[in-house]
Amino acid sequence: MLADWPLLSLLIWLPLGGAVAVLVAGDRNATAAKWLALLVALATLALCIPLWANFDSTTAAMQFVERVPWVPSFAIEYHLGIDGFSLPLIVLTCIVTVLVIIAGWEVIEYKPSQYLAAFLALAALMNGVFAAQDAILFYLFFEGMLIPMFIIIGIWGGPRRVYATLKFFLYTFLGSVFMLLGLVYLYLKGQSFALADLHSMSLNLTEQTWLFFAFLIAFAVKIPMWPVHTWLPDAHVEAPTGGSMVLAAVMLKVGGYGFIRFSMPIAPDASAEYAWLMILLSLIAVVYIAFVALAQEDMKKLIAYSSISHMGFVTLGLFIAFALVLDKASPDSAALAVQGAMIQMISHGFISAAMFGAVGVLYDRVHSRQIADYGGVMNTIPWIGAFAVLFAMANSGLPGTSGFVGEFMVILAATKASLGVAALAALTLILGAAYTLWLVKRVIFGDVGNQHVAELKDLNGREWIVMSTLAVCVLAIGLWPDPLVQVMQASVEALLQQVQQSKILGG
Amino acid sequence: MIENWSSLIPLLPEVFLLGMICVILIAGLYIDEKRRGIIHFLAILTLALTAVLTLRHFAVGQRYTALGGMFVRDGVGDILKLFVYLSTAIVFVYAKHWLRANKLFSPEFYVLALFAVLGMCILISGGNLLTIYLGLELMALSSYAMVALNRDSPVAAESAMKYFVLGALASGLLLYGMSILYGLTGSLDITLIAKALESGRQPEVAVAFAVVFVVVGIGFKFGAVPFHMWVPDVYHGAPTAVTLFLASAPKLAAVGMAFRLLAEGLEPMVKDWAQMLGFLAMMSLVVGNLAAIAQTNLKRMLAYSTISHVGFILLGILAGSEQGYAAAMFYAITYALMTTAAFGMIIALSHSGFEAERIEDFKGLNQRQPWLAFLMLLVMASLGGFPPLVGFFSKLYVLQAAINAGWLWLAIVAVVMAVVGAYYYLRVIKVMYFDEPDREHQIQAPGDVRVVLAANGLLQLFLTLFVGSLTALCVAAWQ
Repeated sequence: MLADWPLLSLLIWLPLGGAVAVLVAGDRNATAAKWLALLVALATLALCIPLWANFDSTTAAMQFVERVPWVPSFAIEYHLGIDGFSLPLIVLTCIVTVLVIIAGWEVIEYKPSQYLAAFLALAALMNGVFAAQDAILFYLFFEGMLIPMFIIIGIWGGPRRVYATLKFFLYTFLGSVFMLLGLVYLYLKGQSFALADLHSMSLNLTEQTWLFFAFLIAFAVKIPMWPVHTWLPDAHVEAPTGGSMVLAAVMLKVGGYGFIRFSMPIAPDASAEYAWLMILLSLIAVVYIAFVALAQEDMKKLIAYSSISHMGFVTLGLFIAFALVLDKASPDSAALAVQGAMIQMISHGFISAAMFGAVGVLYDRVHSRQIADYGGVMNTIPWIGAFAVLFAMANSGLPGTSGFVGEFMVILAATKASLGVAALAALTLILGAAYTLWLVKRVIFGDVGNQHVAELKDLNGREWIVMSTLAVCVLAIGLWPDPLVQVMQASVEALLQQVQQSKILGG
Repeated sequence: MIENWSSLIPLLPEVFLLGMICVILIAGLYIDEKRRGIIHFLAILTLALTAVLTLRHFAVGQRYTALGGMFVRDGVGDILKLFVYLSTAIVFVYAKHWLRANKLFSPEFYVLALFAVLGMCILISGGNLLTIYLGLELMALSSYAMVALNRDSPVAAESAMKYFVLGALASGLLLYGMSILYGLTGSLDITLIAKALESGRQPEVAVAFAVVFVVVGIGFKFGAVPFHMWVPDVYHGAPTAVTLFLASAPKLAAVGMAFRLLAEGLEPMVKDWAQMLGFLAMMSLVVGNLAAIAQTNLKRMLAYSTISHVGFILLGILAGSEQGYAAAMFYAITYALMTTAAFGMIIALSHSGFEAERIEDFKGLNQRQPWLAFLMLLVMASLGGFPPLVGFFSKLYVLQAAINAGWLWLAIVAVVMAVVGAYYYLRVIKVMYFDEPDREHQIQAPGDVRVVLAANGLLQLFLTLFVGSLTALCVAAWQ
């Protein structure tokens, strides 16, 4: 039976083995290396089918569990398992990896085998992050992701790539070392690194507060939240298209996932205590960063800021749930908020990948990211224009696209907690539409801006595959989000159960 | 007398080593220059056989003594010794290529290095202040001579002088501390000293003085701030093959010395010396990491990085628990294996008349030699403590031990400094991967260097998979 295979291990080790194989194949026969990489990515994606098919969405318990002692003297285990939060993110990772490999097919001419190997290794590590059930294992994958991304931005990036990639690395590294100290503290208290044990450990409020902020530094940098977001625009602008796609689509989600896996269940009382802070920061991200996006001249920078603004919805959804749980009036809306945050993550994964993919397609032709260098793209290359308009609509949260679902659920839940918060959050529907549509107006519509645009060629087959796949995903989640909601239903309820129980002894 | 012979069995590896050194010394006189390879082979064989002899009476979980307690064999000592042999053997492989290219390929290098190894073994096994001092001096004197191996180089002579003067000063301070201890307790035997101090009948001030001098002596040997002045100059000035040696095995010996003196002899004064080590560790972490950023010479950068790693090792020792000692031991072992690979890379890229010792000499290495660049990437990432490489685990265990002992603030300093440290390791990666090469990377390194280098580099990755067994070994040694 396929279901009896160690699927999660395969999801990690297959791409990793593929990365080694691609490296060994080398650049002498670049075409073979590319096909090999694509094959490995497709095989990894194929592994998601039995994973999804055999996933039992009625339970919040960990499934497909693999548990082997690794470092017995320090209770570190090779412990994998997934629940409703991990599964969609793993599928997202696998899909995006395939698309990134296709997107870089002819574009990357310098050392393509290293490029592809880096992305396969990245896929392995990201799958590992979402599947790890041991805190140290999680940390290994969490940090391990930095090295391939560092290389990707540094080698194949734009002119200021070295500055951007060092900033990216050091920012994230600084954030995560505090999480490591927090994890060590938890281990010394409970003699276990298993996440389930950490979740059930009782801690007083002071301990929880320290841990909450230790985790917050790590995940706030990763997701990223205002005011520690400044690495993201630089990294996005300088990264190659594939790097931006993975960074926006999956790596930012690790931050949100971290809140769900670590901050909320390990320090629920502190999370409730400081939910106001998180909500405040999220609103600043949603509103202020949207204004910042409005002022951008560079397409990639604009999308990067829009990512920060959209990720604000994720943190808003997760922490508004505490406000809703506390007055106990509306448990359903709390679930709605968390679900909304999760759907927003998945949806933003596809939309941001698509936006960066579309910019990449334009960049490959014109070699400029400046909005001013475009104009009237629709006239010469209607297909690119059409896709770009679709993704832009999704980005601004048009009903029928995936962008709408998550934001709507979060705003709906927020109205139950506070009308003011909801109103501010809802501003994004206007602001998001403003900066995205203005971008579309300046780049896609209007008169043909210059000679370059006039000579543009439309999508080739390879780009067609990338664009249409992403379009299908965006529309599918927008029109029929139910399967996604179902798959995480039980896990969301379990999480809310967990955060309602105070971990303070006698409290 | 016959019964006494069997009591010497624990000494067998050291006796064998000494005998072989004499053989090599004499053989060196008669073997002409063309067949010097034999000396190299003999030296490595000696290390291998000594390791076998050590393993025959592997003392994990046991404790043998010889010569009336002067010489101790236990798990801690044996494990440290095995890695001293291993890292020295790796050093020999790399060194041969460099010595040949620089026309320094002489038996003296091997004889001196093996004498230093013998000194380390005696130091690690010292059960008595005298043996510890003897071992330390044997190691130190051989090292001074090795630094001056290239007689025609004024830089090397200067750094040898500096090393010697500062080293002699440190030995003097240590000896002074030892003499106070002897005066206070009436014994040179470490276990007896511990017992006497336990009673607490000695005047407090005198004991504190003794502890200070011993800690200063150890700090000098480790190269911990503020006793680090010699480290960058010696690393930079010494012939690369010698730097390679000095950077690896002596760190293991220093850890052994700290264990014998602090963890065993001065165990009752743990509160006192832990505080001093805490200060040394903090200073080493801060100064080592910050100064390393400013370096353009890779050897100097690695010297400052050594200082910062010493800070981490001290972090484990000052925890004052078995867990902490095991963590420090694990750190020293993995560090020795990392640093040999880093210097090995410098040697592999060097050829006659050219030293790849500046960071910019690694420019664009990925374009010319992707495999070597990848190995260097692994080594740098491991030194920087990036997961999933083994350097991460050594930091994790040390931090764990320190936090457990209540040194949270120091752990925070350590991780922040690890982030600062990440910058200069990343810079090497940046130079190799992101910059354009400005010269040909000719690789003249022979096959054995390449094979060992590859194994040494990949070890950073594969040790992660088997990190469990190595930690289990370190933990078992302390039980």
